Amino acid sequence: MTRSEAVRHAATTTLPSDGASAAQSRPQAAATGVPLAVVSLEGASVAVGGRTVWSGVSLQVQAGQFVAVLGPNGVGKSTMLKAVLGLVPLSGGRVTVLGERPGRRNAAIGYLPQRRAFDPGTRIRGVDIVRLGLDGDRWGTPLPGWLRGSKGRAARARVAEVIDLVGATGYARRPIGQCSGGEQQRLLIAQALVRRPQLLVLDEPLDSLDVTNQASVSALIQEVCRSQGVAVLLVAHDVNPLMPYLDQVIYLAHGGAVMGSPEQVITADTLTMLYGTPIDVLRDRAGRLVVVGQPDAPTDHRLPR
Amino acid sequence: MSSGLSWNLADDVRQMLVFHFMLNALRAGTIVAVVAGAVGYFMVLRRQAFAGHTLAVIGFPGAAGATWLGLSPVFGYFGICIAGALVIAALPSGGRANAGLGGYGEESAVIGTVQAFALACGFLFVSLYKGFLSGLNNLLFGTIIGVSDDQVLVLLIAGVGCLAMLMVLARPLLFSSVDGAVARARGVPVRVVAAGFLVLLGLAAAGTSQVTGSLLVFALLVAPAATAARLTARPALGLTLSVFIALVVTWAGETIAFFSPYPIGFWVSSLAFAAFLLATGFRAVSDRHGQRRSRASARPMGNRVAAGAV
Ligand SMILES: Nc1ncnc2c1ncn2[C@@H]1O[C@H](COP(=O)(O)OP(=O)(O)OP(=O)(O)O)[C@@H](O)[C@H]1O
Ligand SMILES: [Mg+2]
Repeated sequence: MTRSEAVRHAATTTLPSDGASAAQSRPQAAATGVPLAVVSLEGASVAVGGRTVWSGVSLQVQAGQFVAVLGPNGVGKSTMLKAVLGLVPLSGGRVTVLGERPGRRNAAIGYLPQRRAFDPGTRIRGVDIVRLGLDGDRWGTPLPGWLRGSKGRAARARVAEVIDLVGATGYARRPIGQCSGGEQQRLLIAQALVRRPQLLVLDEPLDSLDVTNQASVSALIQEVCRSQGVAVLLVAHDVNPLMPYLDQVIYLAHGGAVMGSPEQVITADTLTMLYGTPIDVLRDRAGRLVVVGQPDAPTDHRLPR
Repeated sequence: MSSGLSWNLADDVRQMLVFHFMLNALRAGTIVAVVAGAVGYFMVLRRQAFAGHTLAVIGFPGAAGATWLGLSPVFGYFGICIAGALVIAALPSGGRANAGLGGYGEESAVIGTVQAFALACGFLFVSLYKGFLSGLNNLLFGTIIGVSDDQVLVLLIAGVGCLAMLMVLARPLLFSSVDGAVARARGVPVRVVAAGFLVLLGLAAAGTSQVTGSLLVFALLVAPAATAARLTARPALGLTLSVFIALVVTWAGETIAFFSPYPIGFWVSSLAFAAFLLATGFRAVSDRHGQRRSRASARPMGNRVAAGAV
């Protein structure tokens, strides 16, 4: 049985009907040695505004895997994340997320949408934004913390913990509109992490970070991924800071997707073909891969489609 | 109004409360201020002041039309404001929080056009009614003597309903206001919440119109909330402050209007404006302080909790 057959087998035999049985079926699947895919696409297609963005995509992301989604602008990377979250409907095929239809288990998914800067006049603190990630979807008005006893304390402690984890303690109490783009990005990553998700769906989290911070945020995401077995699906344009951590790479281009290990996909030939512009892949002294040539630089104004 | 200001606060208040109309004005003002302060806080946060302004302005043709038809203007205000809220919610962008880069664009053009037409209709109704000119003034700029017992009762029911609904919506509303994409992914019915909020905004605008008049609704709907937002970035504190400022401004405005010859709308608006100016000044000063302080401590870039945070 090949690996993908095994996964499909596991998915069809243990397909749970509700959240509780999903939680039970996971260790079971692990016990039989067949990992249950956290995200699985089977021949999936998506059309936005009547135009098919990509089609016939089949791939699996396993628990604890760090997966980058790469590809030129407008190829449908964000759309793929939205399909996983159930925010855009499929036009064909099937997507299963944490054992259910997309959208059903979103409470267990941490999501960071693409490129959002808060308006400078936004008078809400970073802590409040993170806190909303914890319980913002619940109806009602929260009681003041000191009236909520141990529960309120636990919630506040969790928010403080996750803010500390991303290193945002120094500015979390400033109005978020006055934080720099990179500071906002860290707070939003904290928001995505605060519920201890099983899957992180991050759309260009390294965007607007400087080189040092790209490295440290990549390392942070990898740390969460490893220590808590969280699967990570991350869109990026610059793969270099992620290179040491990647398990798998999904490349989107020409209306389809390829998935493979970084060594398989990140080669000069594949990248040059996918982006339609010359790209070199070099190996440094430590044996690490380095991608040279900027995939998004407008060398040619025709987008590769 | 009456001119017997004695500068003895207790006496003055007692003298004022002898008049039943004044008691009603204060009751109505209190209800309206609480609702406008609370709803206004979210309106400012969501940058929906334009939608709020429109809902306030269309209250005028609603009230004028109701008067012309021989109905109580109260029903005109509430009816047209709720209907208007539902129409805005049904527009393509669904009255969602105006957080994106694109802003309202198309939608504001549609709303603006309808708003001008609504004002014109209101004026037509007033001339059809051939009422006294003061009727027009009162509809536009408010009056202190016009509030009946029935009106207070309607305001109370609407106000309590409005606050109850706001309390149910509050957290998802805040979430979808500041972070719509994530809220939607988390399963918050963003569009339903937005529509619900617009109805609340309509209720608040209709209620406030009856105290300040259609054109001065913003004295209570925007100014206290904007003032509070300048003073704090904490949501709970901001909401509380907004309500508090609206209350103080209303009570003070009504009291001054009682002892002075000038209309209530002017006093409430002026006090709200003064509070806003003070808060803006405070913000500017404390920002300058914060900058100086953060420059002074710029070198140790550690995990120091920002002391300048409010
Ligand atoms: N609301 C929409 N209506 C119509 N077309 C859309 C809409 N949103 C996205 N598209 C189209 O879908 C395609 C994929 O968009 P998507 O945002 O997924 O690209 P992307 O790969 O994330 O690009 P980028 O690198 O620029 O973020 C694009 O061609 C875009 O024009
Ligand atoms: Mg994108």
